[in-house]
Amino acid sequence: MHSLGARAQSTTRTRTPGEIVAAATPTSQVGRRIVDRTFLGVCIAFTALAVLLLVILLVSIWQDGHARLSWQFLSAFASRKTEEAGVRAPLWGSIWVCVICAVAALPIGVGTAIYLEEFSKRSRFRSFIQLNIANLAGVPSIVYGILGLTAFARAFGTANSEDPITFGQPESFFYLQLPFGHGVLAGGLTLMLVVLPIVIVSSQEALRTVPGSLRTAALALGATQWQTTWNITLPASIPMIMTGGILAMSRAIGEAAPILVLGVPLFIRSTPTNLMSDFTVLPLQIYNWSMRQQSGFHELAAAGIIVLLAVLLTLNAFAVIIRHRLQRANG
Amino acid sequence: MRPIRAINAFLIAAVLVSMAASAVTPKQDPKNLKGAVRVDGSSTVYLIAEAVAEEFSKVAPGVNVTVGLSGTGGGFKRFSNGEIDISNASRCIKQPEIDACKSHKIEFIELPVAFDGLTIVTNKGNTWAKQLTMAQVKKIFASSETAKTWKDVDPSWPSDVIKVYSPGTDSGTFDYFKEVTVGKEGKIRADISVSEDDNVIVRSIEGDKNAIGFFGFAYFAENQGKLNAVPVVNPKTGAAVAPSPTTIEDASYAPFSRPLFIYVNKASLAKPAVAAYAAFALDNGAKLAAEVGYIKLPTVIYERAKANLAASKLGTQMLDENGMERMGILADIYK
Repeated sequence: MHSLGARAQSTTRTRTPGEIVAAATPTSQVGRRIVDRTFLGVCIAFTALAVLLLVILLVSIWQDGHARLSWQFLSAFASRKTEEAGVRAPLWGSIWVCVICAVAALPIGVGTAIYLEEFSKRSRFRSFIQLNIANLAGVPSIVYGILGLTAFARAFGTANSEDPITFGQPESFFYLQLPFGHGVLAGGLTLMLVVLPIVIVSSQEALRTVPGSLRTAALALGATQWQTTWNITLPASIPMIMTGGILAMSRAIGEAAPILVLGVPLFIRSTPTNLMSDFTVLPLQIYNWSMRQQSGFHELAAAGIIVLLAVLLTLNAFAVIIRHRLQRANG
Repeated sequence: MRPIRAINAFLIAAVLVSMAASAVTPKQDPKNLKGAVRVDGSSTVYLIAEAVAEEFSKVAPGVNVTVGLSGTGGGFKRFSNGEIDISNASRCIKQPEIDACKSHKIEFIELPVAFDGLTIVTNKGNTWAKQLTMAQVKKIFASSETAKTWKDVDPSWPSDVIKVYSPGTDSGTFDYFKEVTVGKEGKIRADISVSEDDNVIVRSIEGDKNAIGFFGFAYFAENQGKLNAVPVVNPKTGAAVAPSPTTIEDASYAPFSRPLFIYVNKASLAKPAVAAYAAFALDNGAKLAAEVGYIKLPTVIYERAKANLAASKLGTQMLDENGMERMGILADIYK
């Protein structure tokens, strides 16, 4: 379709001398088309290869794990017996930390992006921040785990972990303590550190796609910088920001290393009830099962991967629905 | 009024009796226990701790036991910070770790729970490797002095190429074998066939006359008829000893066996849940350790550990005055 369109265009406008020569010599015309077709073919082949690898991966995991999928697998806690083992604790742990991570990372990340793109002047300070964010995006996630352990779990050693400052009773849903210890809040905030650079950079990209003429028009009508951002720029870029957010959350829910460093337990027979609750996450459980010697645990690991993918797709579906709602509201 | 008084009297008597009973046996009914037990440490001991925690949660459903696997060193770090109640260890505590505990005013009770043993296995048709010295094991497995054929190990053996099989390089079994054979810094040869599944190793060695490999002793015990367990020459005594529950228990099968420990924070023992969990681990350790692939300790050691737990006997017995690890039979060291 593209090549047709290009030809239709070339016939209507005045030709450059080069094009006239090219049109006059049919062999080079054929050559150009061959190159064009070949390039298209190569692109399709690579895309197909990527999809094929994904399909092979999914099919092999499905074959290994589907027999283990059952309500019992979702509702049972970990066990040394393969037939009694389940993912209840890591499943709920993963959902809790992912939601906390989203609630913490999206406002901070988008806010930073808005400041950098819309409000800050081009200065040394700004390029310094920009450089640091770009660097942080490349830091291995395990480093964030160590930061999370020091900052959130131990509060830089300033508070005594034996005797934390508490608010409410451990049984209540609003229970809080300082330092946070190894609960879901510390886990979610650690993952926030991991994904924050991704959220900032993708939100900046999204804001940059909004045409400058829209901003100028709003400002010309007397809108303040904030009114322009809130009413014009942000609504126009929300779909792209949400896409970046989805990718960031997908990364957060799949991370095992920073959570492992945080020192969360693996065996746990309860689901989180408040922000300080102990938890474990699916990637840790999957990793542990796949390291075991008996093949029954490898099937459990495959089933765990299917559950992880299902959770991920569900969360993404929510984000896509929200995105569509917002788009329709704007449209 | 009479019957009510009688009931009152009966109730008072019942309360008195129950108080007297609780004074004699401070143990509560585990069903009524509440609270949390935090366990972390070795990934080797994790398998036992997971089994203990699972069974414990059946008798004491109100207690929330969490078990992590930060590794032995990582576990001791958290233990000395006072973050956990019990530290799992696949070796005894080291002097720097004791010092760290001291600086945070943490006192501990040392409890052995099981033995971990490795077995070197060959094909049934291997008639030459009747025993191996540690130097020969190193020749076969170390990357620094890889023997290509059996003849390279011993000139009287056939000149066939050795095929080496090993459990996954991420497994605790592999780490332990590597540490004993080539030390922490050394490397196992690269041209080994690695399998995460012990069954595959058994089948491979079963079908190849020139194969050699290793895995946990408990797994060999299940496949005894199919493979040879090679006796290893004890570096101390010079005698070749085949692995068996007896030789592992009396430490004559060395160096491929080691005791596994749990360390309990003394302050945590004030919590009934932690005390009950530790006692439960010792009561059921033998059965559960065997179930998940380790070797139970001699009964006498479990008895001593129970006595030490009840008396809160502090400190380690595995190190001498200079902080060096004591060598020998566990039953002689652990009192």
